[in-house]
Amino acid sequence: MTYPVRKILFSPVIDNNPIILQVLGICSALAVTTQLSTAITMSIALTLVVACSSAAISLIRYHIPANIRIIVQMTIIASLVIVVDQFLRAFAYELSKELSVFVGLIITNCIVMGRAEAFAMKNPPWPSFLDGLGNGLGFSAVLVTVGVIRELFGLGTLLGYTVLPLARDGGWYVPNGFLLLPPSAFFLIGLIIWAVRSWKTTQVEQAEFRIREMRKPAETA
Amino acid sequence: MDTLVNLFITAVFVENLALSFFLGMCTFLAISKKIETALGLGIAVIVVQVLTVPINNLIYRYLLRDGALEWVGLSSVDLSFLGFVSYIGVIAAIVQILEMFLDRFVPALYNALGIFLPLITVNCAILGGTLFMVERDYTFAESVTYGLGSGFGWALAITAMAGVREKLKYSDVPDGLQGLGITFISAGLMALGFMAFSGIRL
Repeated sequence: MTYPVRKILFSPVIDNNPIILQVLGICSALAVTTQLSTAITMSIALTLVVACSSAAISLIRYHIPANIRIIVQMTIIASLVIVVDQFLRAFAYELSKELSVFVGLIITNCIVMGRAEAFAMKNPPWPSFLDGLGNGLGFSAVLVTVGVIRELFGLGTLLGYTVLPLARDGGWYVPNGFLLLPPSAFFLIGLIIWAVRSWKTTQVEQAEFRIREMRKPAETA
Repeated sequence: MDTLVNLFITAVFVENLALSFFLGMCTFLAISKKIETALGLGIAVIVVQVLTVPINNLIYRYLLRDGALEWVGLSSVDLSFLGFVSYIGVIAAIVQILEMFLDRFVPALYNALGIFLPLITVNCAILGGTLFMVERDYTFAESVTYGLGSGFGWALAITAMAGVREKLKYSDVPDGLQGLGITFISAGLMALGFMAFSGIRL
């Protein structure tokens, strides 16, 4: 039996993006995007964890009792996150300090749990691994986009290298400090959603008010 | 006492878990369509946060951190790498116990909170509160205050968000922004409002 590798791998990047369409994993997505380097580290860490945990959970999917599956999945995910965390502490201590609690929060990242529940429990290991990888890539795409915008226009640098010379150092660019503050991440993601949905119009949500009026007139808000 | 009050105010307004650290965003966006459900979930988060942060604090201080096992004579053992598994285990267990306890003794509250309790295990705000407590090395009293404050701040944010969204559904929003997009923008405006609190100290 063959699986549509390309479809499993690439459909989560744009068509079925975990952040934009499924509203998963936003928790840690926004806080680490003030700099591109932390955004990239977070993307790699999450992609690894989601791919490996999907594969591992899929391997033992017939042996997990249904009523304690959440705990079993949590333990597998938490163990993988510990590996990633220890690795970062050993080889990239500065980055792990900057990511602070957000590495640990990969455990409760809804993408990881969501893929485990929705895909890995029903499919063999190899497609599950690809599905995890694809969703990780979709997450990374949004994270890196936001990271580039915030670092480039907030600090005038990319990965620490000056791209737009700052006015205070004799250049011409006056940095937009607002992009480094938390609210800007909300605006950016909102605008990215708007852009993607204007392009892929099938993703547009119906207005809630009108649906209710047409289908269920008796139900009140 | 002053420092505790200060910690509480900071946790509620300045370092609001939802609006300045983006924790618990998935549930924050998914369950904020009606004020009543948002309030129910908010209260559940406060209760769980008040229980889990102090309990994890005790586990960290007396079992996991470097030299914590001195009281059984193992002063050179450092188990802090087991942190993530222990904290998430404790959170899952407490949520489960709370669910059973409420079901048995306070059925009215159980019916009100019932559907939200399982969701809370995977709410990043809960684990996030614990991890911040560990990172900032709070004492036991501080951890109780922080648990209460951060839970309260999250509940405040989601209730306010639900209030905004209840009005928002009658507005004419551009097609692409409908639903998720406009919710993000309004959450951003709320975060902007909460930034006005930064710098407040007692």
